[in-house]
Order: sequence, then C-alpha cells, then structure tokens
Amino acid sequence: MSSAVSHLKGLDYSVVQQCMHCGLCLPTCPTYDATKMERHSPRGRISLMRAIADGRLEVTHAFADEMYFCLGCLACMSACPAGVNYAELFEHARAEAECSGVLKSPRRNLIRAVAIRWLFMDLSHLRLAGRVIRLYQQLGLQTLLRRSGVLKLLPKRLQELESITPDIQPRFSAQLIAPVTPASGRKKYRVAMLTGCAQDLIFSDVNRDTVEVLARNGCEVVTPPRQLCCGSLHAHNGEWGMAQELARQQIEQFPPDQFDAIISNAGGCGSHLKHYHKLLADDPAYRERAVLWDKKVKDIHEWLMEIGIQPPAGPAPAQVVTYHESCHLAHGQKITAQPRQLLSLIPNLKLVELPESTWCCGSAGIYNIVQPDMANQLLDRKLKHIQSTGASIVANGNSGCLLQLINGAKQKGLNLRVAHPVTLLAEAYRNARGRR
Amino acid sequence: MSLPQQTLSELRRLLGAANVLTEKEDLIPYSFDGTAALQQMPGCVVFARTREEVVGVLQLANRTRAAVVTRGSGTGLSGGSLPSPDCIVLCLAKMDRIVELDRANLTLLAEAGATTQAIADATSAAGLFYPPDPGSMKISTIGGNVAENSGGLRGLKYGVTRNYVMGLEVVLPDGEVLWTGNKCVKDVAGYSLRDLFIGSEGTLGVITRVLLKLIPKPAAKKTLVATFARMDQAAQTVSDIIAAQIIPCTLEFLDRTTIHCVEDFAKVGLPLDCEALLLMETDGHPGPVNEEAARMEEIARKNAAVDVRVARDDAEATRLATARRSAFSALARVSPTTILEDATVPRSELAGMIRFVAAVAAKYKLRVGTFGHMGDGNLHPTFLTDERNHDEMHRVEEAFKEIFDEAIRLGGTITGEHGIGVSKKSFLPKFAGDAQMRVMRELRRALDPNGILNPGKMFDP
Ligand SMILES: Cc1cc2nc3c(=O)[nH]c(=O)nc-3n(C[C@H](O)[C@H](O)[C@H](O)COP(=O)(O)OP(=O)(O)OC[C@H]3O[C@@H](n4cnc5c(N)ncnc54)[C@H](O)[C@@H]3O)c2cc1C
Ligand code: SF4
Ligand code: SF4
Repeated sequence: MSSAVSHLKGLDYSVVQQCMHCGLCLPTCPTYDATKMERHSPRGRISLMRAIADGRLEVTHAFADEMYFCLGCLACMSACPAGVNYAELFEHARAEAECSGVLKSPRRNLIRAVAIRWLFMDLSHLRLAGRVIRLYQQLGLQTLLRRSGVLKLLPKRLQELESITPDIQPRFSAQLIAPVTPASGRKKYRVAMLTGCAQDLIFSDVNRDTVEVLARNGCEVVTPPRQLCCGSLHAHNGEWGMAQELARQQIEQFPPDQFDAIISNAGGCGSHLKHYHKLLADDPAYRERAVLWDKKVKDIHEWLMEIGIQPPAGPAPAQVVTYHESCHLAHGQKITAQPRQLLSLIPNLKLVELPESTWCCGSAGIYNIVQPDMANQLLDRKLKHIQSTGASIVANGNSGCLLQLINGAKQKGLNLRVAHPVTLLAEAYRNARGRR
Repeated sequence: MSLPQQTLSELRRLLGAANVLTEKEDLIPYSFDGTAALQQMPGCVVFARTREEVVGVLQLANRTRAAVVTRGSGTGLSGGSLPSPDCIVLCLAKMDRIVELDRANLTLLAEAGATTQAIADATSAAGLFYPPDPGSMKISTIGGNVAENSGGLRGLKYGVTRNYVMGLEVVLPDGEVLWTGNKCVKDVAGYSLRDLFIGSEGTLGVITRVLLKLIPKPAAKKTLVATFARMDQAAQTVSDIIAAQIIPCTLEFLDRTTIHCVEDFAKVGLPLDCEALLLMETDGHPGPVNEEAARMEEIARKNAAVDVRVARDDAEATRLATARRSAFSALARVSPTTILEDATVPRSELAGMIRFVAAVAAKYKLRVGTFGHMGDGNLHPTFLTDERNHDEMHRVEEAFKEIFDEAIRLGGTITGEHGIGVSKKSFLPKFAGDAQMRVMRELRRALDPNGILNPGKMFDP
C-alpha cells in the first residue's frame, strides 16, 4: 500500500489552492474553538495538505494524526465563502495518511481489518456480530458483568467502549420490513430505501418507520433484505478502493433508472451517497450511472417535503421537541429547513430552536471511539444546550448522532427521549389511525 | 539562524510546553496571514494567556534580540502578522476574556485576543452598540483591529476603530507595561500615546487590553438595496447622497462579478442582472430614518437605479450585511488568488477612480472584482489571478502601481484600512514624504531600540 499514488498531489491543484486563508471558517470549527490552535482549524489543515501537495511536507505521523483529529463535520464548508471543497480534501488527506502507512501499528491494523474490512465490507458479518452482542445483552450477561465489577479489570478504553455499546434491536430491518411495501392508496412513486449498516442493527425501528411513512404518502418502497454499507466509513477513513467497490455494488443492486428516488434516512450516509460520481469518475463502466445515482439519492426529509406529505390528523398528545442537526445533513447536504418543516406538521408538537443546533455532537462517524476526549467535550456542550431548551424530546436525522445522544443522556441520567423525526411522524400517523 | 534551544526552553518554562509550538506541522499553519501569496516559516509560535506572560516573552526576546511578530487571528490583509524568518510568533488568541462592561460609563474592557464578534455580542446583549464591524469581525481580534485601526461597513457615520478606543494597556519591547487613556470623555494630559499605538501594526508594543467606548443602540434602522446598469451611476448616487448632507451608516458597493460570487455563496436573493449594487443603511430615530431612507431612494432613482428594494425586517438586513462581509472571500470562487487593494480617495473623486480602475484592468488584461466602502471613498479593487502565473502576477503589480499613483494624485491614500505591513511598504515613503518618514523612524527606534517587534514591516529603520 505504501507505494500507492499520492492522493493530495494527484488532486486537481485548484481544489488545494481554493482556500485563500481568510479565516472566516475558524469560529465554526469545533476543534479550533476548543484549542485556538491553527493546526486544528480548517485553514491550518488545508495549509498542511497544500504543503504536502507542494512537496514542502512529507506525510508525517503528526499530519496523519491531525487528519484524524478533524471531525469531518464540514461546518467549515458551510462557513466558507470561497467555496472550498473541504469534504474532498479531507477524504483525500485521510487516504494519503493511510497510503503512507505512518499510522500503522499492530493494534490499529487489527482494528481496521476487523471493523472496516470485515464487518462493514460484508454486512452479514456485521449482523452476525450484532447477534452476538444482542445475545450478550439479552442473556443479562451485560448487566451481570457490569454489576460484578469484572469489567473494571479491563483497560480504561475498553471499559469506556463497553459502556457505549449500543442496545442491539431484537429484530433487524429485514425481519420488520417486507422486500416490497406497496403504497397505501394510489401509487405515485417507486422508491428504494437503503437500510444501512449500523442503522439496520441499532435503529431497525427507524427503518420500519421510514417505510411506513413513505408508503403512506404514495410511495412503493423497495427494501431488499440483503443490503450493503454505503462506503462512507471507508471513504472517511482513507479506504478509497473499498469505498469505490461498495459504490459499484450499490449501483448494481439499485439501478438508479428504475427508481424515482433512492432514500437514505441517515444524514452521514446520504451525504456520501450523493457523491458517487466523484468516487467513480475514472470508471467508464459506472461513471454515467453514478451521475444519475447521485441525482436520485434523497434524504428522507428532503424527499418527503419535495413530494408534499399528508399531515397527520390531530389532536395528539402535546410534546416539546428540539432539533439537533446532523453535520452531514446540515453541512454536507445543506438540508436544514425540511426536518423542521416535517416536525411542524405534527399536531400539537412544539418545536423549540436548539442553540448551536449545527455544532457537532462529537459522534462524527467513529470519532467518539477514536477521539473520546474531544467527543465527550462536544457531547457535554450539546447536552447542556438541549437541556436549556426545556424540551423532553430531541429529534435528529442520523444514526451516529442518535447513538451519541442516547449514550450521553444515559450517562448523565437525563430524562430525554432521542428520536428520528420520521419516528415522530410515524407515531403521529399511528395515533391518528388508532383514534379513527 | 534558527532560534537557539536556550530560548525555546526558556519560553517553555515561561508559558508551559503546550504553549510553545516548534514542530513543522504546527508552524506551517502560522506561516501566512489573510494576505495572498505571502509565506514565511516562523521559528516558533507561542501563546500568552496573561499580561505577565507577554512581559516575560518580550523581556526574553529583547535580551536575546529575537524577533517577535504579534498575531491575533491572522486575517490581516497587508502581511502584518506574516512571520519574519525564525521569529517568535506571539499569538494572543487565547487571551480573549471580556473583563468588564461598565454600564454607568458605557465602556467595555477586553483582553486583546477577544474577537470583534464577541465584543459586539456582549455589547448588544447589554442593549448597547459597538459600531466598528470589519468584514472579518467573526474572527478578527480587537487587538488586531486596534493595531490596524480597522474600519468596517459603518465607517461613514460611526468612524473606525480609533474612534472607540478610550484606553490601551501595552507591553513595550523591553517588557515595561504602559497604560494610556482612561474612562474620561476628555483628557489632554500629555501626548496622546493611545493614538500612537492605534494603527501601529505591532511595531511599537504588544497591546494586551483595550478599553472601548460604547454608544446606545439606535432605535430604528432601514436597509435598502439599489441596483444600477452602470457603475458610475452608483458612484454618482453616493456623491449625491453626501452632497445632500445625508450621512447614512452604510453605503457599500458591489460590482457585477462580486454580486455573482456573493449570491453564489450566501443565497440572499441579490439581483444578478445589474452592473452595480449599493447596500445602503440608515439608523437612528424612526422619524429621521424613514425620511433619510426615502431621500436616498429618490436620489438613487434620479441616478437611473434599475430597482430599489427595502429589507423587510431586521433579519433580512442582517443577512444582507453578512453577505456583503463575505465579498472578499467569495471572489475566490472565480480564481484561486485574490489580491485586493485598499486605495482610498476623497468621495468627490469616486466616479473617476472607478473608471480609472476599469481602464487599468483592461490595459493589463486583468480580471477585477470591485467592492468596498463607497461612502468612505474606500474601494477594494480585487484582481482575480493565480499566483502560479508569474506573468500575470507581474501585471497585477504594475496595475497597482498605477492605481496608487492615481489615488495619490487625486488627494487619496494608498491604504484606507488594511495597513502597510509588507504589501505596501515600498509605497509608503513616496506617500508619506521625508519628514513623516523621519519622525516615524525615530519614534520606532525610541520605543524599540533593538528592533525586535515586527521587523521588516511598514518601513526599515
Ligand atoms: C474576509 C476579510 C474581510 C476583512 N474586512 C475588513 C474590513 O472591512 N475592514 C478592515 O479594516 N479590515 C478588514 N480585513 C482585514 C483584517 O481583518 C483586519 O486588519 C483585522 O483587524 C486584523 O485582525 P487580526 O486579529 O486578524 O490581526 P492579525 O492579522 O493577526 O494582525 C494584524 C496586525 O496587527 C498586529 N497585532 C495583532 N494583535 C496585536 C496586539 N495585540 N498588539 C499589537 N499588535 C497586534 C499584528 O502584528 C499585525 O501587524 C478583512 C480581512 C478579511 C480576511
Ligand atoms: S476554508 Fe474558506 S473560509 Fe476557511 S480560510 Fe479557507 S477560504 Fe477562508
Ligand atoms: S470538518 Fe469540522 S473539525 Fe474538520 S476542519 Fe472542518 S469544521 Fe473543523
């Protein structure tokens, strides 16, 4: 791998050069805000990438570390008037770091081999692992071990990790959702729904809710039981080749010309799914289909607001909700109004604005696992703001954030429900139906 | 001649190892400021968190004759905080407390690293107003604002940073702490040293605290957007508004290229089918505000404005001003290197200056986007180029020479608000003249005999 081409040097220089170092992105960058160090800022990181492209800097351990200290939250992209494509720079920079091998260590290699190459390249492996963890949780082993204090014998990092293992859903998406769900009423659209990887294990209920809501609004929903990972994990962690492979397989499984839309309900995945044309730009067999694919991929909120949905009938129980924006939904996909519009359609739901709603919660893919200190700082900040709103429910459209918030609320003992907007909408529909 | 190990270990002892950066990966991000095409690696970067730490750093530097470049947020546009070779970059971004807001005397005391935005927010929360609002206010520091005497979008009516500085705490190059000014509205005891440090670009001392004057928040404001088919119609509108003795708080100008770039980023609904746009704002008591707005609209229409639109509410007005602040960065959408100038002319000469800039751009075959504080006579013609194209960069330089000469000929200045730094160093002697140059040199030598502060900037000793 170490002999591979340089990603940053190979990149169109205009992308590297686009940053005119005005600094206007600095106040929106969580890692700069926390440290006040330029190296941890978008402008600083881009200057390091450019130094590598220019041959003024080698790919060093410190450079690679820096690229992994970046959350990849893309807040800098929303703030940048110059139109710097930080997402692209960042993926190439991490790929550069991986190719160079500077971060290699037996432990890291093992983790990456298991997580990125084994678990997430073939989701049957992930589901298998999910079943094992579920068994561990269901048999009461988790509670037992936690109580017994045996876990205290583990190294501190492992203890922390054990405490944030999510509750695995009793049933995965394929057991909850038929391969094809007919539209209720007149069929207006035919859509595919991507059930995702982590989403499938931990939030299969959100997947079910998504299908329900789509079907209710005139969509026939196609959800084959065996699905793939979208590849964002790979692209964000420097595994460019694997990300390309997954993109090809996705396009094969869901030929974009056969659907009106390809729906994602996780902000992080959607953001990546909409850029397959960049991944496959050099692949003549897929290039054109990738462009069409990108056009067809819709975030669930985006799609529902685009087709115009039937508002659930009232009255309904009163609920006070605040909305935390997933970075990749807000900054990556620029979808900020639609989730709020969707929530506002729910009868008797009061939406209270969350201060700093677009500030990262620290989940950031697997960031909370690899950079726990920074991630926890961000989580604390987020929870404080959520509490300040007085809301008892926080809505959010991305599995990583949902998990991070659920864990945070649990650790702090907060009486806070964390829910996908679509779940709240599905409940409202069910409510209305129940009454009739 | 890199910094001696001895100096570095002393710095670590003074500030703690975490506040002394020496690794290449830490220094590259400090090897430039907001100015295009300038780059220089420092010897180290240090963060001071207290006045005492600043004193310690300067004493050490003065003793060892190490160069010190003070830095706020590095948004400067004349290379002021560009490192000199192997210098100590003294960054004040971590010294950012707002120390006191005195409602009785309408003042605010802040550490130098506080951002302009933080000051504006704290002031506004108290129902007061701090008017200077440079385009970079989100991140620029008040220390940097004072050191550059920065302007903003409201300079026409409210003036620039200087008009709000009541007092300064400054650490002199030998480490002595000087306090100049106070909370009194009037004070004529001795020379106004405060005024000497304002605009001194980090060459005379390190500002550690700033005492600012606040004013009451205006009760009402009205924001208008007028569009024109020709640039000189916008310029004439500005001249006519001033001649009619109306002093609005904002008269900002954007040309076609800039409008397109800004709209592309900010999506605030700017009209795209015009050559020039004026953003006009008047504030004060509701009666006069309405009256002034109506008269400005009338003057714009008399000068053949295609359209005059009034912002619906405060939120829209803020969106428009924010969009305007992004103009300079947004121009980088067109080409990677944006070199902007800051020439300023008496307002009666505006229309002529705008025509001159267009002619020079044509002569040198350069793309230009012009925007700026038209009400102040302060335009920012920005050449859109690529620093790797040496031939074009050379033509940019030649074009600027002509623009400066013309500005001086018209009774203007080579920089309205961005400072001399390194970018305009070679133009200063001609503009300032021998007598001013001599006095400035002697002042600098008196305060900084060893030449440790920002050497190579503004002028040579
Ligand atoms: C997008 C953009 C828009 C801008 N808009 C405007 C505008 O509208 N009006 C305007 O006037 N300028 C504008 N500027 C220029 C710049 O933002 C200002 O000059 C600003 O005041 C610099 O602040 P800073 O904290 O970034 O200072 P730096 O760039 O870090 O430093 C600037 C100079 O001040 C010195 N300095 C900094 N702090 C101190 C201190 N505490 N003590 C002594 N010396 C110090 C430095 O040595 C240097 O010489 C803009 C810049 C950008 C990038
Ligand atoms: S990324 Fe954009 S906002 Fe940030 S410094 Fe570069 S050009 Fe400015
Ligand atoms: S992606 Fe987020 S953490 Fe990374 S540089 Fe941009 S704003 Fe900072």
